[in-house]
Parts: sequence; structure tokens; C-alpha cells
Amino acid sequence: MDSQGEPTMERAQQIEYLLRLADSPLVLAHRLSQWCGHGPVLEEDLALANISLDLLGQARLLYQHAAALAGGDASEDRYAYFRDVPEFGNFTMLELPNSGVASAGAGDPDYAFTIVRNAMYAAWQVELWQRLTDSSDAQLAAIAAKSLKEARYHLEHAADWMIRFGDGTDESHARAQRALDSLVPYASEWFVPDALDAEACAAGVGIDCAAIRSPWLERMHTIAGEATLRWPGDSEFCSTGKLGRHSEHLGYLLTEMQSVARAHPDAAW
Amino acid sequence: MSDPKSEWPLWEVFIRSKQGLEHKHCGSLHATDAQQALRMARDVYTRRQEGVSIWVVPSAAIAASAPESKDSYFEPMADKIYRHPTFYVLPDEVGHM
Amino acid sequence: MYTQAIDLPGQPAQGPASTDAPADDALQAAFDQAIGADRKIEPQDWMPEAYRRTLVRQISQHAHSEVVGMLPEGNWITRAPSLRRKAILLAKVQDEGGHGLYLYSAAETLGVSRDAMVEALLCGKAKYSSIFNYPTLTWADMGCIGWLVDGAAIMNQIPLCRCSYGPYARAMIRVCKEESFHQRQGYELMLALCRGTPAQKAMAQQAMNRWWWPVVMMFGPSDTDSVHSAQTMKWGIKRISNDDLRQKFIDATVPQAELLGLTIPDPDLKWNAERGHYDFGPIDWSEFWRVVNGDGPCNRERLETRRRAHDNGAWVRDAALAHARKRAARARQAA
Repeated sequence: MDSQGEPTMERAQQIEYLLRLADSPLVLAHRLSQWCGHGPVLEEDLALANISLDLLGQARLLYQHAAALAGGDASEDRYAYFRDVPEFGNFTMLELPNSGVASAGAGDPDYAFTIVRNAMYAAWQVELWQRLTDSSDAQLAAIAAKSLKEARYHLEHAADWMIRFGDGTDESHARAQRALDSLVPYASEWFVPDALDAEACAAGVGIDCAAIRSPWLERMHTIAGEATLRWPGDSEFCSTGKLGRHSEHLGYLLTEMQSVARAHPDAAW
Repeated sequence: MSDPKSEWPLWEVFIRSKQGLEHKHCGSLHATDAQQALRMARDVYTRRQEGVSIWVVPSAAIAASAPESKDSYFEPMADKIYRHPTFYVLPDEVGHM
Repeated sequence: MYTQAIDLPGQPAQGPASTDAPADDALQAAFDQAIGADRKIEPQDWMPEAYRRTLVRQISQHAHSEVVGMLPEGNWITRAPSLRRKAILLAKVQDEGGHGLYLYSAAETLGVSRDAMVEALLCGKAKYSSIFNYPTLTWADMGCIGWLVDGAAIMNQIPLCRCSYGPYARAMIRVCKEESFHQRQGYELMLALCRGTPAQKAMAQQAMNRWWWPVVMMFGPSDTDSVHSAQTMKWGIKRISNDDLRQKFIDATVPQAELLGLTIPDPDLKWNAERGHYDFGPIDWSEFWRVVNGDGPCNRERLETRRRAHDNGAWVRDAALAHARKRAARARQAA
């Protein structure tokens, strides 16, 4: 409790919450950066690079904040490059390959999959950052204010494309529908609080994740509607990435991402 | 073979910077409609600086004066900004924007 | 460095037939006068067909170079060993894409479409800078590319800011403004490696050993072997000779390498006090021509990668057009 009788978070728990918040944008930024030089049109290579840089920036600010709280030899790079799969708290949806949910190396990247995922995640981020501007963690609130503008832009970009795909050609419609059908189940974990979420929320540091399900769904239904896409029915599936239990994909992603840093563990770059 | 009807139309981009007094021409890009062109222009030509104003115009819609010449050595090319015949045909349906 | 062949006046034009009227003496004289007075030629001005075609080739190949150039560096974004380096590399590759866009935009003012230019690249007709046909094999290659490749490109690009063709010159001014951070970042990366662990230092030297000669070749063959250089100089497209640019680059780079503690893999490299320049060893031009003509280490991979991206993106481009048409149709109905 603090002097006003408000619940406070244990430092270690607060750090863990921040890392969980940071891991998602890092992983998605990494996925988006894989499009560089392979985009469907040069203008989109630039747009995706912009979005990736924004997300990477958000991750870095959050890691740096966590490192400052942790002290010692903690740093953004130690968090990003020297933690293993079970220590990462990113949402499972974001670690899926750009080609879709099938096993690694299964196919060419699918722009519909990327765009629909971006739309869903950006819509969630808008809700997240909006609420976090009131966080009792002042630094987190500042990060939220900056990131909210970016998330709105990301949402605009993705929603625009999702509508073009849904209401475009037969092929683009089919791809977008397939993407939506395979991605929606992975969103469930975003709205199911665990003990850490509950603690963060009670302390005023974090958000009430269950509460944003409604506004998020409403916004996504609107976009899907305009895109003439059918929102898939509910399923029992709930991914567990934020709890450190990931899909098979994160291992490959981290192996690649961390390879050079880990080959020279004492080096500075 | 590149099919003119399958190409994205060309747009000219004009930017007025935050402290600027007028819009300046800074280049072109391909987009399928004005909304997309504006967003792309923001990404490509301003890298999303705040407070800038962007105009996009279909290249084919711009009428330009003939280059000045005392002795009319230059053929009057009253209409288009690019001297050489335009190289694509706007898909009819998208043509009037 | 961006174009290996040009058209000379009087030669039959290759490719799509020009719709221009045959050169009129007065038009030619006005053009020559503008060039002579160092005035800009703009898209609406009359220009010799050969001048136009040379520019289309050079500007489009310059654009292709920027776009293909995203690949060797893009190769290491996913493995960048620190978040700061990851961000810097991503920003750099994004810039290169942007430069490609500015240049395609400049080329289009000459009457060629982006699609036609891309098609020429993908079918192997159009060239791009030879340097991007080499593989990036270690993280240190990122430093070499920023420091050496961008350094060489800057040498070439600054004079192009004074090119006679307005849109190209203006695109180059914009490019040069953004380019300044690229070379600095590359050098800084190399500095970190050279001041780092023995393994990092070794990585840097190994990368240097692989990149030095390809970079030196980037400037192209000696102008004494090329009839074309004289014409492009006359037209105000080329301002400084290949040999002079190459010499300038080497003179600037040797002290930079010394500061890093790196050895340049040229046993004949030596300061010549009389000339006031560095002497350097013979260039293997057979390698250069092999690479330019399609048989370098990864020409096929680069082109195939671009083809794949283009083909995989067809449905996206079509969808955007289809949607725009539907919207326009609805708007007309509502009106």
C-alpha cells in the first residue's frame, strides 16, 4: 500500500509487466521487418518499415524503463537478446510467421495475413495506450501518450488495406477471410487476465484487459463489415504466449534474432 | 507484359512544411486513390512529420504552361506537365477523380 | 556507375519507337545553349532523343540499385545484435526504398512508366549497381556497406546534384541530404567492431577483405576505355570521370581505414608524394564484367527475390485497383 492506501506493485512484478508489454511490439516489429525488400509494392515496403520502427521504438522505451527499475546490468539488449522462449511474454499471435499459422518455412509471406494481424493488434494497442496514459507509473503513461498516436496511424493503415482486400477481388477477399478465420482465435488471450494483469490493474499501473474486449470487438466488427468479411464464431481456443507458453514459432524467431548477440556475449555493438 | 490498365495511377505530391508558406512540389508516387496517395505521401515524403500539409493531384489532371521562349523554339505543349506522351491509360472507371 | 551503356546521337533508337519529330536545328541549338549555360533541362523542354534515353536508362538503373540494395542489408535486420543497431539498419533500408521511389519518380517525368522499368529489371534487361550482387555474410558486412559502399555512392551522387536534367538533380539533392547519416553509421559500426573483442576485430577485417575490390570496381571502368563518357560529360549528366571519382574515394578512405586499424587488401597501395594521391593495384576487370553481365555471386538470387516479391504482390496491387474502381462506381451512382 502507498501513503494514500492505494495498492502498489512489487518492483519485480512491475518489471515483469513492463517486459510483457515490451515483448509483443518487439516480436511484431521483427516479423514486419522481414518484409523489407519483399513487399508487394515499394510504397508498402516503406509503410511497413515505418510501422516496424514505431513498434521497435515502443519496445525499446519499455525495456529501458524496466532496466532502469531493475538496475544492475539490466539493459534493453540483455532483455531482448539473452532471455529464452519461456521468459518472453508476447502474445502468441504476433510470433506467427508472415506466411500464416502453418509450420515454419511453409510458404511465401501472405500480405493479407500481415495486414489483418496488424489491424487487430493496432486496434488493441489503441485501447491499451489510451488507458495507460492514466497509469500510476508516470513513465509508462508518457510512453503511452507517444505510442497512442503511432497506434492510431497503424490502425488506419491496416484497416484501409483490410477493406481494400475484403472489398477488392475474389482472391483478395478469400485471402483476407482466411486470415481473419485463422487469427481471431489467437486474440482471446488478450482479454483474459492472469494474476500479473490483475495485480497491475489493481495498482493502477496496468489496464483491465477484460474491459477492452467490447470496444475492440466493436471496432473490429465495423472494419470487417466495411470489408464485407464475416467475423468468425467463438472458439474455445486460447493461446498462452503472455504466460511464456508459446507456439513452436517463437523458438525459431529468437534463435535467428539472438544469434549474433549470443555468439559474442561480452561484446558491445 | 505490363498492361497499362493494371498500373496504379501516378500522383504528384505537394508539401507545405510546418513553417512553410506554400506547398512545394516534391515528387510523385503511384496509388489507386486519393486517400491512399495521401497516406503514402506522408510515409514517403514527410516520414510522418507532424504539422505538414500534403496535397496530391493525379498527374494527368495537371495543366501546365508551355516553357517560356522568346523565339518559340519550343513546341507549345500546353496541356501536360510531362513533355513526352503519357505512357499509361488511366483505367476508365478510375479516370475521373 | 549506374549505367553501362548509353545511346549516342545519330544512332537508331532501341526499344519502343519515339514519337518525337526528328531533331530541328533550332531546337537542338536551344538545347545546346541551355546545357552550355548550365541551365536545367525540365520535363517539358525539347531534348535529343539520345539524351532522353540515356537519362531514362541511368535514372531507372539508379532506382533499381536502391531497391535491389535493400536486399543485402535487409538480410541482417533480423540478426542485428542490438536493438539500436536493428533500428538504425531498418531506417537505413527504409531510406533506400525511399530513394528508389524518388528516382523512379524522376525517371517517369521522361515518359517511361514505373511498371515498364520494373519489368525491364525483372527480365534482366536493365542493370543495377554491380556491388549489390555480392552476398552479406557477417554482421561486419553492414559496416562495410555503410562505410565503403555508401561512401562510394556519395562520391558519385554529389556531382549528380548538378546534373543538367532538373528532376534528376533535385532527386539527388534530396537523396544526398538523407545519405549523410548512412555512411557515418556504417563507419561507427566498424569502429565499435575494431575497438571490440578480437573476434569482432577479425570479423571486421574479414569483411574488409571481401568488400574492398568490389567497391573500387563500383566506379566503373576507366574513361579512357569509354567513348561514352565524353558524350555524357558534354550533356551535363556526368560531371567527374570514373577514374577521378575512384581516386578521390581511395584517397579519402585510406586514412579512415588506418584509424580503424584495418588493413586494405591491396599490397600495391602506397602514397605517391609526387602525384599527391595514393597509388593502387590493378583491378580485375574480368570480374567486374562477369558480375555486370549476370554471373556475379548472387545476381540470380537478387533478381529471383525481386521477381518473387513482384509476383507475390500482384494480387495485392490488383485488389487495390479493384477496390478503387468499385468505390468510384459507387460514388458515380450516388451522384
